[in-house]
Formats: sequence, structure tokens, C-alpha cells
Amino acid sequence: MVAKKSYNLFWLVLLALTAVLLAVGVYLSMLWAPTAVNMPTEAERFAQRIFYFHVAAGWVGYLAFGVTAIASIAYLVKRQRRFDNLAVASAEIGVVYTAANLVSGSLWARPTWGTWWSWDDPRLTLAAIVLLVYIAYLMLRNALDEPERRARLSSIYGIVGFLSVPLSFISVRIWRTIHPAVIGTGSETSQGGFDMGGNMVTVLLYAIFAFSLMYVVLLHYRFVLEEQRERLDDLKLRALADG
Amino acid sequence: MIHVSKLVKAFGRRPVLRGVDLDVPAGQSVALFGPNGAGKTTLIRIIAGLSKLTAGRVTLGGQDIQRSGDGLRRYIGVVSHNPLVYDSLTAEENLQFFGRIYDVPELEPRLKTVLEQVGLTARRKDVVRTFSRGMIQRLAIARAILHDPPILLLDEPDTGLDQQAADMLRTLLADLGSGDRTVLLTTHNLERGIEWADRALILNGGRICFDAPTAGLSGAEFRRIYSDVVGG
Amino acid sequence: MSFLRKVLAIVWKDVRAELRTKDILSSMLVFAGLSVLIFQFAFDLRADNVRLVLPGVLWIAVTFAGVLGLNRSFILEQDRGCMEGLLLAPMDRSAIYFGKLIGNLLFIAVVELLLLPLMSVLFNVSLLSPTLVLVLALGTLGYAAVGTLFAALSINTRAREVMLPILLFPVMIPVFVAGVQAVSGLLDGDTLADIAKWIRLLLAYDGIFIAAAMILFDYVVEE
Repeated sequence: MVAKKSYNLFWLVLLALTAVLLAVGVYLSMLWAPTAVNMPTEAERFAQRIFYFHVAAGWVGYLAFGVTAIASIAYLVKRQRRFDNLAVASAEIGVVYTAANLVSGSLWARPTWGTWWSWDDPRLTLAAIVLLVYIAYLMLRNALDEPERRARLSSIYGIVGFLSVPLSFISVRIWRTIHPAVIGTGSETSQGGFDMGGNMVTVLLYAIFAFSLMYVVLLHYRFVLEEQRERLDDLKLRALADG
Repeated sequence: MIHVSKLVKAFGRRPVLRGVDLDVPAGQSVALFGPNGAGKTTLIRIIAGLSKLTAGRVTLGGQDIQRSGDGLRRYIGVVSHNPLVYDSLTAEENLQFFGRIYDVPELEPRLKTVLEQVGLTARRKDVVRTFSRGMIQRLAIARAILHDPPILLLDEPDTGLDQQAADMLRTLLADLGSGDRTVLLTTHNLERGIEWADRALILNGGRICFDAPTAGLSGAEFRRIYSDVVGG
Repeated sequence: MSFLRKVLAIVWKDVRAELRTKDILSSMLVFAGLSVLIFQFAFDLRADNVRLVLPGVLWIAVTFAGVLGLNRSFILEQDRGCMEGLLLAPMDRSAIYFGKLIGNLLFIAVVELLLLPLMSVLFNVSLLSPTLVLVLALGTLGYAAVGTLFAALSINTRAREVMLPILLFPVMIPVFVAGVQAVSGLLDGDTLADIAKWIRLLLAYDGIFIAAAMILFDYVVEE
């Protein structure tokens, strides 16, 4: 009981810590980080600050889908439901973050490129494709009632879907390339690019760390929820079998 | 021939088989009875290699089904309530196809023999879609015995057959069961089951609750035993 | 050798049944023809924009018609429990995968071989070059490789016929992008060397997904 209590306390502390880190993150990205120098208008310079949120959300999306793929492989090898619960928990969070990445990218694109959406940007396009892959993953789960079969078949899709991501990236990359290659020399050629000053890198790394921590906390609570749901389903089945 | 020990099968956390022990010597034919959901089909599917077991051990002719490769499935012929034959192929084409995927040597003469055995020689060039239920079931039996398996698994082979077709099925099974072929069958028809088999088993709630030879067992007597076992 | 013989037995069985019923091919062909017709009205394919839109129309007709064939190939097995008959056979389950894959490839290839001359005539463009056929073949291989795996997977779901395109299309993006871009290039007079990057992408896709599907198919069909 004591172990259980301190375990819950650990996650609550982590949750609180994440909240503080994110609040500090808002300050760092909106006020503390240096203003981008090579942007012509005030609106563009301010909009660039969404970059920290945008990149961190995108990062969490891919991290989450990677975890789904690994959990899917683990399920097929070990056949333990907890791996499947982990896979779905991570996929759902990934979908939310990838959607956030798309929306923030779109908000950034408006003042910078003068359009809400640009198919010329391979990363934005890739995020849209990946979002569809994992929406399909969640729909597949929804179309399967029997838990063992749902776990097995969605694991297969989780693996194949993840394998397609790098190939989709290469294909859209060859197809179109004008996204700001943020760090390095590519920035001169691509519209909306900017040089990353030292403090910008610091804030970006901080944002990625804070978002990753938020992902871990969310994953934990979503995973616990899924485990409880599984137990509830079993209880229902058993009650039906006995009654 | 078939050896099952401490077999457990669970779907998720819901157990269907809760520790089944069964030993069927070569040449014996066993009828498996039980209410719906007792696990009869699950047991047959595990022995046939269609379902994975959760715990326990199943060996066929001494070989563990979990360790042996795909080749072990050659020892088994299955007749289930699904005929497992293709509607848009002829009887002969169906058997040619299954002969190839079972590596049947000298397929053409074997095919002739089997078609003769089930009485479909005259209709061998006809598309299965034009067949009656009884004829389809005969073709399904032909398909199951084509590779001359030492073990025959029959999952409710008499479902949906009229009396005449069921009689024919019995004659066929009597022919097939003679010699050293091991037969395990399930049926809902108690009288028919004990007439067909040497030994009767009742599976209920995932366990074997009754096991006795059928010799000297009358239909009425068995019906009483069955309702005692299943009802209690 | 025995493995190959069993794969071919499955192909023979599917082709034999199809030649008798013509269910799959007729629906695929009519559907492909209809999609070309609808695109004609949607984009008003006149001489000035035909080269721009044609590669997309070709691939859309192939992918959409392909979904019909892929769905049918496993639904026919499932509906009378025939899939079990295949699973009972003493062979590696990947033989079922390859048998079905080759059968699906054959059916899609028939549609393509009729679609290419038809579109060439209707839009007055020559689509019958060896390089274009190579691009189409590589793209179709990747498409059918993933499509066969997902078709086997989606027959177990509710609303199975709707499920296949939803699962398949997002994963097909690399094939679609590479296929459309390579065909566009060829129509603009590119040589094989000019479109080499697309060919390489298609080859990589085919290799990765045939290998993955071969391993994963076992997990699809087990219970």
C-alpha cells in the first residue's frame, strides 16, 4: 500500500514538474529567446517564436509513433496485453501532437509564406501523411471487437505504418524542397529560414525536453487508463459467463 | 496417436479449455460431445494447428505440435461444418489443388480412387456451385482424406445433412475408420455419435467430464448420462 | 522447390476460378474505365493539360481498381471458410501470401495492360514505352505487396471493404508520389537515368515491404 502510494506520488510530482517546466517554456520562447534577425516584418519575427512549440510537438509525435512501433513488435513477440495497451496509448498521444504540429505549422506559415498551407514544404506534408496513417491505425482498432485479435492485427499495422514513414519522407523530400533547413547553411536558399543563435538552440532543446516529459506523463496516465479498461472488460466478460 | 495433456486455451483472460487431458490410441474413433461453448471446436482447432494453445502440450504420433514444423499438418485431415472447397472450381479441380498443396505423390490415380470412394466420379467435371449439400460434404471428405492422413478430425460433419446423407456419411466413416486411422469427431446428435465411435467423451466448461467406451452403451442411457453431466 | 510449387498451385487455383466467374477482372476493368471517364469530365483533359494530369489519372485508376481486386481475393477465401483449408495445409503460411500476391499482381496487370492502350488512344499520348511499363510494374509490385497483407488483415474487421483503402492509401504515398513523378518525367521526355531516383525509391519500397509482409503475414492468419 505504501509502495502504491509513493508510486502515485511520484507521478503526481512529475505532473506538477511538467506543468512548471511548460510555464517556464512559454516565458522562454515568447520573451527570453532572441528575436530572429533576418525576418523582414515584425509579424514574421514574432510568429517565428511558435517554432519552439511547433518543433517540440512534431518531435513528440514521431517519438510517440516510434514507441507504438516498438510496443507493437513487443506485443507480437511476447503476447502480453500491456504492450498493446502501451501501443494504443502512445498512438493516441502521437495523433494529438502531430495535429498540434500541423496547426502550429499552419499558423506559422500564414505570416511567413502568406498561406495557411504549403504542399511545397515536405515536413508539413509528411506530418499530414503520418497523421493519416495513425488515424487509420485508431480506426482499425475501432473496427475490431475481440481484444486478442485487435492487439495482434493493429500491432501489424503499427509496424508497417511506421516503416512507411521514412520512405514517405524521402518521397516528399525529393518531390518538394523549400522548407527552412533550420540549423546549418540551407537557410539562405529557403524562404522563411533564419539563423539559429545560441540561445535559440538552448530554448529549442529546453522545449523538446519539456514536451518529452509531458509525453511521458501523459503516456503513463493513458496507459493506466487502458489497463483499467482491459480489466473492466474482463470483469464484464466473466460476469456474463457466470450469469 | 493423439496425446493432449493439461491443455489450456484462453482468449484474453477468458479460459475456454481449463486443463484437458486426453489420450487417443491409434485406430480408435472418439466422439466428443458437449453443449455449445464447451470448447469442442477449440480443441479440434488446436489439434489441427489452426489455433495456438495457451498452456499444456499436444503431441501427434509423438511429435509436439508446437515444436514440429508445418509438415506435421500432413498427418491430419479435417472435415468441419465449412466444406473448405471452392464453389467456382469443379470437384476434380478442387482435389487437384489440395493434392498439390499437400504434396500428394501420384496425384491422378489417388484422385480417381478418392472420387470413387465418395461416389463423385460421375460429377467430377461439374462446378461445385451446382452440388447439393450432401455432395459438397462428400467432396469435403474427399478433400480431407486425399493425402491419406493417419488422423481424421471431424467437427460436426453431420450438421445440415438430411437423414439419407447422414447415413451415407456413416458408411463412409465406417470405411475410413477401419484399419489404423484415428478419428476424433464432434456432433450434437448423441445417438449417432455413440453409434459411430468406439469411445464417448463429454466436454463441459472446458474440462472432460465423462469418458467411457460406447460398447454396451444405449442411446437412451447415454442421453440420461449426458443431461446429468451437462445439466449438473 | 516444393514451396514454389505450392505458391503456384494457389495462383493456378485463383486464376482458374477467375476465368470461370470473371468476378474480379470485370469489376476492376469497369471501375478503372469509369475512373478515367470521370477524370476526363473533372479535369476536361484537353491537349494543353493532358500531360499534366494523365500520370495522376493513370495511378488513381490503377489504385482504385486495385482495391476492388485485393478485397475480393481474400473475401472469396473467407466467405466459405476456405482460408482454413489453406491454413490446414502442410506448408509455410507465407506460401499463401505469395500465392495471393502473384494472383493479385496478375489481375492488376491485366487491367493495366488494357488501360495503357485505352488511355493512349483516348488522350492521344503514347503510354506504351518500356520504361513506363517498368515504372508501372515496380509501383504495382509495392502496391500489391502491402495491399495483399492489408487485405488479409482487413477481412477480419467490421466494415472490411471500407477498411482496406483507409489502411492502404496512407502507407502507399511513396509509391504514388514516385509513380506519378516518374510517369510525368517520362511524358516530358526524361530518360531512365533522369528518373533513376524514383526507380530506386520504388525498388527500396518493394524490397522493404515484401520482406516485412512475408514475416508479418504469419501473424495475420494465426488465431
